[in-house]
Amino acid sequence: MSAQSNSTWSRRSLFRAAAGMAAAGTLAACGSNNGRSGGGSGDSLTQFFHAYGEAGTEQAIKKYAKAYKGANVTTQWITGSDFESKLFATLLTDNAPDLFEFHPQIQLVKSGQVADLTDIVAPVKDDFNPADIASHTVDGKIYGVRMIDDPQFFFYRKSMLADANVEVPQTLDELIEAAAKLTTGKVKGAFLGNDLHAVINPMIWSAGADTLDAQNQAAFNTDGVAEGLKKMRKLFTSGDLLLGAPADYWDPAALNQGLCAIQFCGMWAMPAMQQALGDDLGVFPFPKVTDAGKPSVYNGGWSMFVNAKGKNVDAAKEYVKWLWIEQKKYQEDWATSYGFHIPPRTSIAASATKLKSGLPAEGVKLFTDYGHFDNIGWTQAMITATENVFADTVRKGGDPKASLDKAEKTVNAELKKLFG
Amino acid sequence: MSTTTTRDLARPTPAKPDKGRPRRGLRGNSTFNFWLFTGPFLIGLVIFVYVPIGWSIWLSFFEARFTVTPSKFIGFDNYRFMLDNGNFTGALLTFTVFAAIIVPTTWALSLGLAMLVNRLRFMRAFFRSVFFLPTACSYVAASLIWKMSLFNGVRFGLANTVIGWFGVDNIAWLANPDPPWYWLVIVSARLWLQSGFYMILFLAALQNIPQELYEAAAIDGAKPGWQTFRYITLPQLRATSTAVILLLLVAAYQAFDEFFNLLAKTTWGRPPLVELYYMALGQNQDYGAGSAGAVMLTLLICIVTLFQGKILGFGKGDESK
Repeated sequence: MSAQSNSTWSRRSLFRAAAGMAAAGTLAACGSNNGRSGGGSGDSLTQFFHAYGEAGTEQAIKKYAKAYKGANVTTQWITGSDFESKLFATLLTDNAPDLFEFHPQIQLVKSGQVADLTDIVAPVKDDFNPADIASHTVDGKIYGVRMIDDPQFFFYRKSMLADANVEVPQTLDELIEAAAKLTTGKVKGAFLGNDLHAVINPMIWSAGADTLDAQNQAAFNTDGVAEGLKKMRKLFTSGDLLLGAPADYWDPAALNQGLCAIQFCGMWAMPAMQQALGDDLGVFPFPKVTDAGKPSVYNGGWSMFVNAKGKNVDAAKEYVKWLWIEQKKYQEDWATSYGFHIPPRTSIAASATKLKSGLPAEGVKLFTDYGHFDNIGWTQAMITATENVFADTVRKGGDPKASLDKAEKTVNAELKKLFG
Repeated sequence: MSTTTTRDLARPTPAKPDKGRPRRGLRGNSTFNFWLFTGPFLIGLVIFVYVPIGWSIWLSFFEARFTVTPSKFIGFDNYRFMLDNGNFTGALLTFTVFAAIIVPTTWALSLGLAMLVNRLRFMRAFFRSVFFLPTACSYVAASLIWKMSLFNGVRFGLANTVIGWFGVDNIAWLANPDPPWYWLVIVSARLWLQSGFYMILFLAALQNIPQELYEAAAIDGAKPGWQTFRYITLPQLRATSTAVILLLLVAAYQAFDEFFNLLAKTTWGRPPLVELYYMALGQNQDYGAGSAGAVMLTLLICIVTLFQGKILGFGKGDESK
């Protein structure tokens, strides 16, 4: 290479090139490929959603955001199983979203992270499921808007139960027996998720206990729950439970692919199951664990919250009001066009024709008859405490009573921090 | 010498120094150069390392839940909590088990691979690349492949398919802690991911051993194979082995990705970083307790490192051994 060509790479030219690249980078950041989904004007808002499994959900949320003219709403669709961790960590930073979906939890209120939405909910409060309003209320103020209710129960293959001459289980003992009869060389009797966490609360309720009582005292450390844990251990070690499935309980794959005869799942997966299995599908609640208990269904779901420490609280509240209070068509679309969810608005639930007949109607009946809603006082630390009980006793074979005592100690410490 | 004379004659006349102007640019000021090159790194070190460490120590004495700017001072309560609840000490035990398994197995496997590749007469570069390539793979990606394809608990998982040929029933490798098959999954994933890197280190060291040593040993009657390996190869690899063991221990301390992705929320198989993640950055968001754990872990790493340096003599010259 000639000396002349070497000299073209002087320090000045290098600095110029570096500055040019920096400027180009800055411009690129301002360009179109920045993840914005909205086409509105005015304030810019960011909302966090966890990745729903049902096809079309991401596009739907972005479509709603784009239709809003009051602000430019950006959606972050967060994949992976640790949405909570990402959300909580981000809420402490300048990159915190203005809006986010989550479940009602009192620590969000106590730490001042969610805004009071009473003023936008109050005018339509009577149109919401009262349990949903109660589960979002602290000291008379409403801190979130429920978007969907998600009942969770067992789905089963009618033909498999008929072939094995098995009745729909009414008790946990019958479920254990059914799983044994339904297990063959290629099919396991039941699938309750890889870590069994999804059935923790249903098992507590079906044992006649509760997570917290009406006075916000720990109510899960009972003989009935300990009995239930022993039965769950029996099921776990029976060899009749599907364990280590590639997709977890929330995905209908295990039942659809014929890996199991009974699967615990949510109503959101019903359309995908019906598409794969047709009419060969039934549902039943988590059966009663003891004579003192009764069947239960966990009415999970997702709610929209406004970040109280965000820079655009009023604009965010306006968006929540527009979409999740006023836009009933979008609310119905969100609840029934992808997976099946129960609209928390009574008027929408009443007109949702897809939920009026057949299996969806059976799901709605289970929701109505046996449903338990989120308790806003039941925090992540408490959830973790009962998850540890299941890990230590059901999966590891530890003593249920000792494990429940340990969890109660943790929950009481948490309650003391929250309520004094 | 004439050549010297020629060179002297050919040397161009130096430019007349401009005594009136100080020399401009980077070469003129060594202090400026020092700060120019080290300054950004020092600033980064202070901002991203020392400030967080200081902040973490400060947080460890406060009740800091869902906030990193707390106001309630609670003394050593966070430290007591971390030591009392058993999970943190259990995590240290998990690390000890993991390090006890992964350090010697990786050392042995990478050394074995290096010796195999070193002996190859053909396609040495190909096999070196084949063994090294997994190093480029993300731990998260590898964990998901291990979890969903190789070691899932259903009949079409690769591991279950293979044991099925021998009439063995499906094993829930990761869902059931009894027996603890999860160690097999975790260790095999890490071996696959990191052995190639250490193989390259050993390969370089093997190629630096003088061939004369083996020839002299052969003349003295040493048998090729184990005897040569034991008395020539292994001692010659001492410095590399020490460095590899140190790196492996550091990597074991930093274990996070595969444990987090393979085991999710269990009460077993949690190394310290996963435990601290769940405590501080996960759903609990208890930055006070998490910081207390981090401070204790840092102290422990310092003690272990000093102890290890003493035992292995890392950093000392040959003459001091």
